[in-house]
Amino acid sequence: MALGRTYSVALVGLNGYIVEVEADIGQTLPAFIILGLPDASLNEAKERIRSAAQNSGIPLSRRKITANLIPASLPKRGSGFDLAIAMAALLASNDVRSTGRTVFIAELGLDGRLRPVRGVLPAVMAAVRAGYADVVVAQANAAEAQLVPGARVQGYATLARLAFDFGADPQDLALDFEPAPEPGEPESGAGGPSWAPPDMRDVSGQGDARRALEVAAAGAHHLLLTGPPGAGKTMLAERLPGLLPDLGDAEAMEVTAIHSLCSLTSASLQLVRRPPYENPHHTATPAAIIGGGSGLPRPGAASRAHRGVLFLDEAPEYERRVLDALRQPLESGELVLHRSAGTAAYPARFQLVLAANPCPCGKATGKGVDCICTPTMRRRYLARMSGPLLDRVDIQLQVERVSLADFGQPAAEEDTATIAARVQAARERQLRRLLPFGMETNAQVPGRVLRGALRLGAPTTRILDHALERGVLTARGYDRVLRLAWTLADLALREVPGADDIGLALNLRQAAVAA
Amino acid sequence: MRAKDVLGRRGEELAAGYLEALGMRIVDRNWRCSEGEIDIVALDGDALVIAEVKTRKSLAYGHPFEAVGVDKLARLHRLASAWCRDHELRMPLRRVDVIAVLDDGIGTPAVEHLKGVG
Repeated sequence: MALGRTYSVALVGLNGYIVEVEADIGQTLPAFIILGLPDASLNEAKERIRSAAQNSGIPLSRRKITANLIPASLPKRGSGFDLAIAMAALLASNDVRSTGRTVFIAELGLDGRLRPVRGVLPAVMAAVRAGYADVVVAQANAAEAQLVPGARVQGYATLARLAFDFGADPQDLALDFEPAPEPGEPESGAGGPSWAPPDMRDVSGQGDARRALEVAAAGAHHLLLTGPPGAGKTMLAERLPGLLPDLGDAEAMEVTAIHSLCSLTSASLQLVRRPPYENPHHTATPAAIIGGGSGLPRPGAASRAHRGVLFLDEAPEYERRVLDALRQPLESGELVLHRSAGTAAYPARFQLVLAANPCPCGKATGKGVDCICTPTMRRRYLARMSGPLLDRVDIQLQVERVSLADFGQPAAEEDTATIAARVQAARERQLRRLLPFGMETNAQVPGRVLRGALRLGAPTTRILDHALERGVLTARGYDRVLRLAWTLADLALREVPGADDIGLALNLRQAAVAA
Repeated sequence: MRAKDVLGRRGEELAAGYLEALGMRIVDRNWRCSEGEIDIVALDGDALVIAEVKTRKSLAYGHPFEAVGVDKLARLHRLASAWCRDHELRMPLRRVDVIAVLDDGIGTPAVEHLKGVG
């Protein structure tokens, strides 16, 4: 048979599609052609495959090899198809026996080793979903591929070994070739999936802010911290991921899949169990935050912070369109990016934490006597965070400079573990209450449920009703206070929020609204 | 004569014998003009066959077929026209064949034949 057929996976965003790889050997002068919208790195596969096969002891046919990747209309990129094409070509020349429905995902080195590629996790997930459970990947990707339930994963170090297992003649094969291990991955810094957040014990004083952080963690509420430089806004925000509960199985897979796609190195990946933390710089472009790039769009910081925390420090310094671009994912938990080469959808259900100085000079705190900004400057500064964005931020808190009385008090504060335990308990209460509505956290509950099935008695909401009547509170703000009140009740292990919870919630909500 | 020319000569002899064994009639050998040289001109029934012979002692410098590139093929097609002009023949059925001969000087030489390339 002069035709070989194998399978691989093409990724479009996080969605994978099974790609059928046909290789045909034509009786004409030697050539190697790849059809089916290959990009530059995929076209270079020809040279890698020829050398790899040669150096593995199973040279490809000295004829015209035509590899066709089906469906032809789907754009394909990257080096992950190397192995599938090589196996199809070897199959066409009868050097190996049929590989059936096995899916191959690996890059080939010139010496015949199998190299890891990125995005293996979403690719294997797609393969299993499509009913292709047998997967061959590079040794270095095997652990990651095995995270997928139902996948029968085999990791190979060299093409020669793989060809041997598929019936190639062992006489010629370079079976004793043991490639040196891949260069180790550098330690991932802050923001990486394995980063352990710092402890809440380091925060001196700041009782209100600590409380707000706990409430934000418990109800998954978005958070705005305003305050003068040095008040500890960044310090607080960095400690939020530590308060969040571990990711569930499905969530962990989603997060790990995004990290698999984003990792710069293609080294092996662990299942991400902790909520990620993304802390982009305020000069970031919309493409950096929400995703983009040429060809098929790649995920941005908002997607990397999926199921975790997206912290925008110095939020008013961001370009306005960057901040406004976040409104869509805040609503839908997903980013759909359209580019010339196609459309990719990435999940982006993150918890937003904004930090801002009260004014450009940063001194408009307390009585603000040192502040040199005019009232107009101050108002403009905070107005850079648009109303529609702030509308979605449940907790808006003013952080004051730490007082001397609190500063330097050694270890009087609660540590992260203690608070995280309360957060965990509050989350469980929410889940029990909200599961019938198809929700998990208070932050997700829409107003019609708050004022419908979860309606509170008139005596409890009296202050709120009053505020609404006087025009101090908008209808949307009314709902937000209710959400916070529910979270406060959950943290206090109360079945239903009382008037006190409403009062406290109102306070958390209004404290920061300057100017 | 240099060693590589001797090898090439022997390869062409082998190729000619091979084509004849296939039932073709050799009509010309080593025809030259300003454009270059045709190794073998043969008739396969009604079709004119321009055959390029590549001979190698081993695969160390690649397969003989790999030495026939796009430019070489184009030249062979031009040479086919030139040969017809020169002989004032109209041959509507023309094709270019490439023959690879692997001759290590010890065993039986291996001959591979590609019909109608380019």
